[in-house]
Amino acid sequence: MDPALTKEKEQELRLLAYRLRTHAIRMITEAKSGHPGGSLGMAEVFAVLYGHLLKHDPKRPDWADRDRLVLSNGHICPIQYAALAESGYFPVEELMTLRKFGSRLQGHPERGALPGLETTSGPLGAGLAQAAGMAHAGLMDGKKFNVFCVTSDGEHDAGLHWEAVMFAGKEKLDNLVCIVDRNGIQLSGDTKDIMPLEPLADKYRTFGWETVEVDGHDVRALDRALHTGRERLGRPVVVIAKVTPGKGVSFMEHDWRWHGMAPTADQAARALKELEAETAKIRKSA
Amino acid sequence: MAKKTSHSKLPASHSQSQATRDGFGEGLLLAARRDPRVIALSADLTESLRMDKFLTEFPDRFIQLGVHEQLLAALAAGLALENKIPFIGSFAVFSPGRNWEQIRTNICLNRANVKIVGSHAGVTVGPDGATHQMLEDIALMRALPRMTVIAPADAEEARRATLAAAEWDGPVYLRLGRSKVAPVTDSEKPFKIGQADTLRPGKDVAIVACGLMVGEALKAAEMLAAQKISAQVINLHTIKPLDAKTLLAAAKKCGAVVTAEEHQLAGGLGSAVAELLAEKLPVPIEMVGVRDAYGQSGEAEELLAHYGLTAKEIAKAAKKALSRK
Repeated sequence: MDPALTKEKEQELRLLAYRLRTHAIRMITEAKSGHPGGSLGMAEVFAVLYGHLLKHDPKRPDWADRDRLVLSNGHICPIQYAALAESGYFPVEELMTLRKFGSRLQGHPERGALPGLETTSGPLGAGLAQAAGMAHAGLMDGKKFNVFCVTSDGEHDAGLHWEAVMFAGKEKLDNLVCIVDRNGIQLSGDTKDIMPLEPLADKYRTFGWETVEVDGHDVRALDRALHTGRERLGRPVVVIAKVTPGKGVSFMEHDWRWHGMAPTADQAARALKELEAETAKIRKSA
Repeated sequence: MAKKTSHSKLPASHSQSQATRDGFGEGLLLAARRDPRVIALSADLTESLRMDKFLTEFPDRFIQLGVHEQLLAALAAGLALENKIPFIGSFAVFSPGRNWEQIRTNICLNRANVKIVGSHAGVTVGPDGATHQMLEDIALMRALPRMTVIAPADAEEARRATLAAAEWDGPVYLRLGRSKVAPVTDSEKPFKIGQADTLRPGKDVAIVACGLMVGEALKAAEMLAAQKISAQVINLHTIKPLDAKTLLAAAKKCGAVVTAEEHQLAGGLGSAVAELLAEKLPVPIEMVGVRDAYGQSGEAEELLAHYGLTAKEIAKAAKKALSRK
């Protein structure tokens, strides 16, 4: 097991998360459409993955031994695009082309369009199945890489997702980690009203999974939880990351209406101001 | 399990009637011996898809998913992205019937090198009835960019199509049948994806068919010959990409075309041929196929007769096409 995060690294990842949020707000505002709620909520998860945990090399996106990151809930791609750009996969300036004609930053991620994308995604429920295929191939070939799959809680409504959960349990894919963006909202309302999921961890356990529940904004706790997936426990691991949708922008937090709506210029200015204030606070705390 | 035969060549299926799924089973085994990347995925229909010999010989390259057809397509996409060549097998009603969106997004948009094998296509499934008689699969698969669609005419062609699919870089849909069909193709002729096979020359009317309707087309040509009508018979085993060169040459020479398929007229082989000819070389076309109906229980022969999927109907259509010249 890797040593715990240093204070400096923790600080760096917290700041990275806020940079990713800032990019996401700017990108979605410029595009005039997109999904800010989920993107903002998952900033720490993506900061920890790309900034620390994943074995990857932006100069060699096809490196055979890289860890695979499969984004199943493709609509939160602004936060992944921001993390890829911050890692050096492509210029940060290109982020502002999101959703525009001719852009490599498609409205939903398209494999091959942009370096660093493992799959095309958007239609919900299909990411874990593909990640399980990759994990299975890795085990067949005796490879060391891990497969991390980011999923939304809303897409747990989809039957296909549970087909993959059942399969990964049966095949004991212990190089597979499913990360659940447990923000409690989906397109038309709160998940508890649209289609209740609890007890979610119990459901995974009954299918033979190791389960970890974690505060998805605590980078230290996230790092620890995600490392469970590297331990090859003889079963797949699910990390249920409890996050606040819209995190960092007060008027977006916990409001399902921000699942798929772009802010106006005024709203964006307010949002960026709040993110700036929080960034300053993190800097001061060092 | 029979003793392993020589790795170079499997027993020829040429002399006897076999189902196209039998030819697939042989081809899969041979493809797997040739290329270690070839793997097989079954959704609880291992024996029906003739994957049992593969399972015996390559247990580590076989994945059993249970009744999970959406997973079948999406998991295979993930495996293909890791350089495997997955053959996914189920009944055509379930795959590509149930998992079309996974085939679209996870296989085709991803450019995943997955081979989708849909068996028990058409009414010749027989007693199982309408729910299990897939008549829309060619339409579903043909509409997808990047997809290749193959419907072999006999077991030997299915065997060779399987080998060709394994070597083809990209998604392929292979359409198979449950019931035995008499051999019609020549194993000495090379099989090439996208290259139609003229089985009989002719000059008055061109009959274009796939699957078991190729055999019916040959019988129809005999009937027509007795009436001094010379019919060319084209085995259009690959419906996509379409062999425009062969089809246009036949249309030009004969000036009338009949299409025949065990599939809905909407979106199938006939539609593909009609799209081409309407645009490039309009000639009279008559289509033989299922006319906006579902199947039902019965024996294969009874059902083929009921839905007009016979040599007699093809010959009738040929005469009608000729009269419209």
